[in-house]
Amino acid sequence: MANRRARPNGLNVTIDGVEMSAVEGESVLDVARRAGAAIPTLCYLDGLSVHGGCRVCLVEVDGEHAPRLACSTPVTDEMEVRTATEAITEHRRIVVELLFAEGNHICAVCVSNGSCELQDLASEVGMDHVRFPYQYPDRAADASHPKYVFDPQRCILCTRCVRACAEIEGAHVWDVAARGADSYLVTELNLPWGEAPSCTWCGKCVTVCPTGALAFKGRAIGEMEHDTDLVGFLARARTEGEWEGRS
Amino acid sequence: MSAKPRFATVWLGGCSGCHMSFLDLDEWLLELAGRVDLVFGPLTDAKAFPPDVDITLVEGAVANEDNLELAHDLRANTKTVVSFGDCAVTGNVTSLRNLDGDTDRLLQRVYVDGPDRNGVLPSAEGIVPPLLPKVLPLHQVVPVDVYLPGCPPSAERIRAAVEQLLDGEPGDERAYGIRFG
Repeated sequence: MANRRARPNGLNVTIDGVEMSAVEGESVLDVARRAGAAIPTLCYLDGLSVHGGCRVCLVEVDGEHAPRLACSTPVTDEMEVRTATEAITEHRRIVVELLFAEGNHICAVCVSNGSCELQDLASEVGMDHVRFPYQYPDRAADASHPKYVFDPQRCILCTRCVRACAEIEGAHVWDVAARGADSYLVTELNLPWGEAPSCTWCGKCVTVCPTGALAFKGRAIGEMEHDTDLVGFLARARTEGEWEGRS
Repeated sequence: MSAKPRFATVWLGGCSGCHMSFLDLDEWLLELAGRVDLVFGPLTDAKAFPPDVDITLVEGAVANEDNLELAHDLRANTKTVVSFGDCAVTGNVTSLRNLDGDTDRLLQRVYVDGPDRNGVLPSAEGIVPPLLPKVLPLHQVVPVDVYLPGCPPSAERIRAAVEQLLDGEPGDERAYGIRFG
């Protein structure tokens, strides 16, 4: 291919048969996106650290037994990656089905109906129904904050809010409590959000939420729209001084 | 005997919004009426689900004992069963009561503690069907052949799915798309 060995000391990586040149430190996701491969992501967000928790960006790497996460796997020289095999497509659908089965994701009555990354992902991976039994967890919403609402029934624990708050806003109001299936998000060491003294009311957590778990107060069904590009813009503005491109 | 496919629609635990969306097909319903024999539906006078049905659209989740019985009846008598809309596919709004999980407490809250004027639990042996402990999506009760999610699926998506079924090539979701909510 034309760009092979385009950079000095570059790595050669093959994505779905397309030869790409890459540099040390790039992830499989970085290179695959450059190659035009449509790898879905959910917890990954431009501008935030890599979490690797949602598992929807699974890919096959030649010589590896198990699928790897595109977002958190660094490329190596002569790596061969397949992003859309039959097995990977099925794995991704299972991951999305498990996310739906684990919470209470009732799109029809959700603030984010129509602008939800989980809802879109279901369509994208071909999930026409969920093959696992729904868990129906009974989780109480926190509406104590004057501006925002947290509904953990719609939370998929992607930790975008945790990372946006800690890394971009520098407040670290959010965190994950407990372990495994009992895990849940807390504000301020488990105080109600409205009583959290370190919350600056900036709303970055709300803008990055991929579902309807975090929303502006007062929004009805389908009225919530997120602004997930914001943190990527802020991160680039700070590190590279790029302040253009947003009004 | 007619050579036309035998077509049915069923209304289980749902709001009938999927049937309303179906009615939004307007004049295409006349075309459909010419292509199928409508043998069962919420507005037909049939007392029992008929035999040898080719296509059944099932709206609603399985929420009570009547729903459960009808689900088994329709499956036993239908070639292609379609989970029609989010309540049938996921349980949707109908399944929100599963978060509590105790049907007695639920009925008490709605009919006695709630704003209902009579303040009594509805009960009429053989008429008011008992609730199942949990609301279930159709495919957790009987095998389903085709899934058409949506709350409700738009008339255009219903038409695309039904046309595909009538043309004998069901289940290619590219024709009608997957969309929850």
